[in-house]
Amino acid sequence: MDQPLVSVRDLKIGARTDSGREVEIIKGVSFDIAPGEIVALIGESGSGKTTIALSLMGHARPGCAIQGGSIRVGRRDVTAMPERQRAAMRGTEVSYVPQSAAAAFNPAKRIMDQVVEITAIHQLMPREQAEAKARQLFRALALPDPDTIGSRYPHQVSGGQLQRLSAAMALIGDPALVIFDEPTTALDVTTQIEVLRAFKSVMDKGAMAGVYVSHDLAVVAQIADRIIVLKNGVVQEEGPTEQILHAPKHPYTRQLLDAFEPVPHVPMARPDAAEPILAVQDLCAGYGVIRGGVPAAKILQDVSFRLERGRNLGVIGESGSGKSTLARAIAGILPAYRGNLLLDGKELAPSLQQRSKDELRRVQIVFQLADTALNPAQSIETILARPLTFYHGMTGAARNARVIELLDMVRLPGHLRHRLPSELSGGQKQRVNLARALAAEPELILCDEITSALDTVVAAAILDLLKELQRELNLSYMFISHDLSTVEAICDEVLVMLKGRVVEALPAARMSTEAAHPYSRLLIGSIPQLDTGWLKGLEQDPALMAQFAGR
Amino acid sequence: MSLALRLPTPARLGYSFNWVGRIGLAVILFWAVIAIIGPWIAPYPPGDMVDFDYFGPMSSQFWMGSDYLGRDILSRIIMGTRYTVGIALAAVMLACAGGVLLGMIAAVVGGWFDTLLSRFLDAFNGIPHLLFGLVVVAAVGSSIPILIVTLAAMYLPGSYRFARALAVNVNTMDFVTVARARGEGFGHIILREIFPNILGPVLADLGLRFVFIVLVLSGLSFLGLGVQPPNADWGALVRENIEGLSLGAPAVIFPSIAIASLTISVNMFIDNLPTRIRDRSE
Repeated sequence: MDQPLVSVRDLKIGARTDSGREVEIIKGVSFDIAPGEIVALIGESGSGKTTIALSLMGHARPGCAIQGGSIRVGRRDVTAMPERQRAAMRGTEVSYVPQSAAAAFNPAKRIMDQVVEITAIHQLMPREQAEAKARQLFRALALPDPDTIGSRYPHQVSGGQLQRLSAAMALIGDPALVIFDEPTTALDVTTQIEVLRAFKSVMDKGAMAGVYVSHDLAVVAQIADRIIVLKNGVVQEEGPTEQILHAPKHPYTRQLLDAFEPVPHVPMARPDAAEPILAVQDLCAGYGVIRGGVPAAKILQDVSFRLERGRNLGVIGESGSGKSTLARAIAGILPAYRGNLLLDGKELAPSLQQRSKDELRRVQIVFQLADTALNPAQSIETILARPLTFYHGMTGAARNARVIELLDMVRLPGHLRHRLPSELSGGQKQRVNLARALAAEPELILCDEITSALDTVVAAAILDLLKELQRELNLSYMFISHDLSTVEAICDEVLVMLKGRVVEALPAARMSTEAAHPYSRLLIGSIPQLDTGWLKGLEQDPALMAQFAGR
Repeated sequence: MSLALRLPTPARLGYSFNWVGRIGLAVILFWAVIAIIGPWIAPYPPGDMVDFDYFGPMSSQFWMGSDYLGRDILSRIIMGTRYTVGIALAAVMLACAGGVLLGMIAAVVGGWFDTLLSRFLDAFNGIPHLLFGLVVVAAVGSSIPILIVTLAAMYLPGSYRFARALAVNVNTMDFVTVARARGEGFGHIILREIFPNILGPVLADLGLRFVFIVLVLSGLSFLGLGVQPPNADWGALVRENIEGLSLGAPAVIFPSIAIASLTISVNMFIDNLPTRIRDRSE
C-alpha cells in the first residue's frame, strides 16, 4: 500500500515548567506507519517516546501541548480536530495499552465490564455481542479460562494476565492502530515471554498497525518491523529492525547496543583472608504474627551461602522469590527467626537492636528506588553527613571535606551537596544513595536492585562505578537483581532463588552453560536476546512453565 | 575596609514568601502587639459602663460604639485580644504539638502501643466537646490555664489521628528504613526523618484547628465557662451583643470582624508559607 496509515510531520510538543520556562520536549519529529506495520519507539527516559505515542491519540499530558507539525491517522488530521472528535476516535481507531495494567484497571469493577467499556461508550455493538467478542480475544491472547475470566476482579488474576487483558480492552474496538506503552517492563522475564507471544500472535492475525514504546531493544527486536531510536525528542536513527540491530549507523544506537554486550567480570585477586566476609547458614525469615518463634508467612527457608571477601554474589529470581527479604534479613531490618549469620567469622545477631554500632557500620544496604531512599526534606550534604557523624563522630570542616570526597568518589561534583534530592536526576540520586553507604566505610554492601529503575546506559555507568569502588576500597557486594545480564557483569557467583529457597548456586561467568536445575534453565532461557528470531525459536516446556509459575 | 555585610534576610535564606502570606503575617503581628500593649491603649476600662445609651452608634467618643450595657466596644475588643489570641494560640500549639508527637511515636512504635493509644484517643474524641468542658470546669473551676489545657485536650485526638496517618506513610519509606538500619535512635527517626516530611500538612491542620478553637472558646464563654465577666473574649462579645444585630449596632459587627481578620490571616499565612517549609517533598 502506498498510503501510510499514520504520518507524523515535524511534530513539536512543548511544556511550561513551574518557573514559567518553555521547554521543548519533542523537537520536530517525522515518521510514517504503514497499515499492519509495528513500529517501535526506543529511547531512554526523557527521550519523549511516550509523549509521541500519546500524541497519536491527540493527547498531551497535563502541562504539555502540541505546538506544531501535523499528525494524520487514517484520513483524519488529529492535530486539527477539536477535542470531541479526538475522543470519538480514541478506542475505535487508535487505542492504548498502558505500562501498568494494575493501575489501568479499576479494582472495584469486574474485568468484563471494563474490557467491553469501549463498545458501550462508542455504541459499537450490543453487550451480548461485545462479550462474545471479548471472549474471542481472551482466547486469542492465550488467557486461561477465557469463558469465565471476565467475571473475576483485577486482583484475582496475575500481572501478566492483567497485561494481556488490558490488550483485550484496547483491541475490542477494532482499532487501526494500537499503542503499546512499555507493556512488559514491569513483568518478570518468564511472564514477559507469555505476554509478548500473545501480543505478537494477535497483531500478526489482525491487520492492525502498532506503536511499541520501550527502552529494551531485545524486547522490541521480537515484535517490531521497524525501529525509531529517539534521544531528547529528536529521531536519531530510523530503520528496519534487522538493520538497526546488525548495522546501526548512528553512534547513539551503537551505544545502546553496546550496553547489551556482556562485559566479562574479572574477579579481584583473592585476598588471603581465610574467613569469608559473610556466611549464612540455614537462614529462615518471614513476616506476620510470630507464634511459637515462627512467623505466620514464612518467606526465606534454609538459605545458606558463603561470600568471600572482595567477591560479589548475585541473587536472581522472579518477584516474590524472596531476594529482597534475604537482603533485609542480612541487614537485620527483618530479623531472621532461625539460622546463623557470620560476619567475618563472628556471629551476627538477627535484629538491629542487638547489633553493635560497628557491626551495623560494616554492612550497608542500598535500595532500589533512590527517590524513596533519600529523605526529600534533607539536602545532599545533610544526608551524607549523618553517617559520618553517627559512625565516625566527624564534625565541622573535616566532615564537609569528607562529604565532598564522597561525592567525588561517586563522580558527582561537590557543589551538588547543597541541593535537595528532588533537584537531581535518577542516576545522580542513585549515586548519592551509594555515597551514603560508602560514608559508613562498610566492608559489605547489599545492593537491592539498584540499577533496575535506571536507563541502560546510566545503569552501565553505575556498574562501572561499583567495580571501580570495589578495587579501591576492597568491598564485597551482594547484588540482587532480576536482570541477569547485570548480574553477569558484576558478580562472581550467582544464587538462583525460587519461593524463598536457593535452588542452585552457579559461577556467574558460566551461568548459561552450567545451570542444571530446570528453574535456573527456564529463567536464564527467558532473557530476551538481540535476535529477531529468538522468541519464535524459543522452546519452552509448558509443563515446566506451569510448575514454576505458581499460580 | 570593605566588610561584605550581608544581612541574612528571609529572601537570602530561601524563605521568602508572597504578598498574601505577608498580609497574613502582618495582621497576626498586629493582633499580637495589641494583645501585649492592650491595657495601655484601651480608652476605657473594659468593665465600666461609660455610655448612657445601650448599643450606641460609632462616635468620636466611642469609636466602635457601645454594647448592651453601654460599655465601650473598642476597649473590650482590645482587652479581649489577650484572651482570644492568647488562649487559642496556646491551646492550638499544645494540641498540635502533643498530637503530632504522640502520632509520630505511635506510627514508629506500632504494635499494641499504637492500638492502645489510638483506641483511647478515639474514645476520648467521642465525648462532646462542650460537655467535656462543662465537666472539667465544674470539677476544677475556671481559670485561664485550665481553659487552655481543656481546649488543647479537646483538639489533641484529631491532631493525633492526622499526624499518625501521615507518619505511618512516611515511616514505610526506604529512607526511614535506611536510618533504622544505620542504627539511629528513636528521636532521630522521629524528628529528623519523619517530622520534616509531614510538616506541611500538619501546619495546614494547625490553621484549621486554630479557627475551631476560637469558636469553641466563644461557646464556652457563652455558657459562662470561659473567660469570666467583666472580661470577655471576642466570641463572647459577639454572643452577648447578638440582639444588637437587629438594631444595626456596631457592637456585634466589630468583634466579628476581629475574629474574621485573625482566623483568615492565620490561614492565609499558613497556606502561603515559604515552599521550603510547606512542601519539602516537592
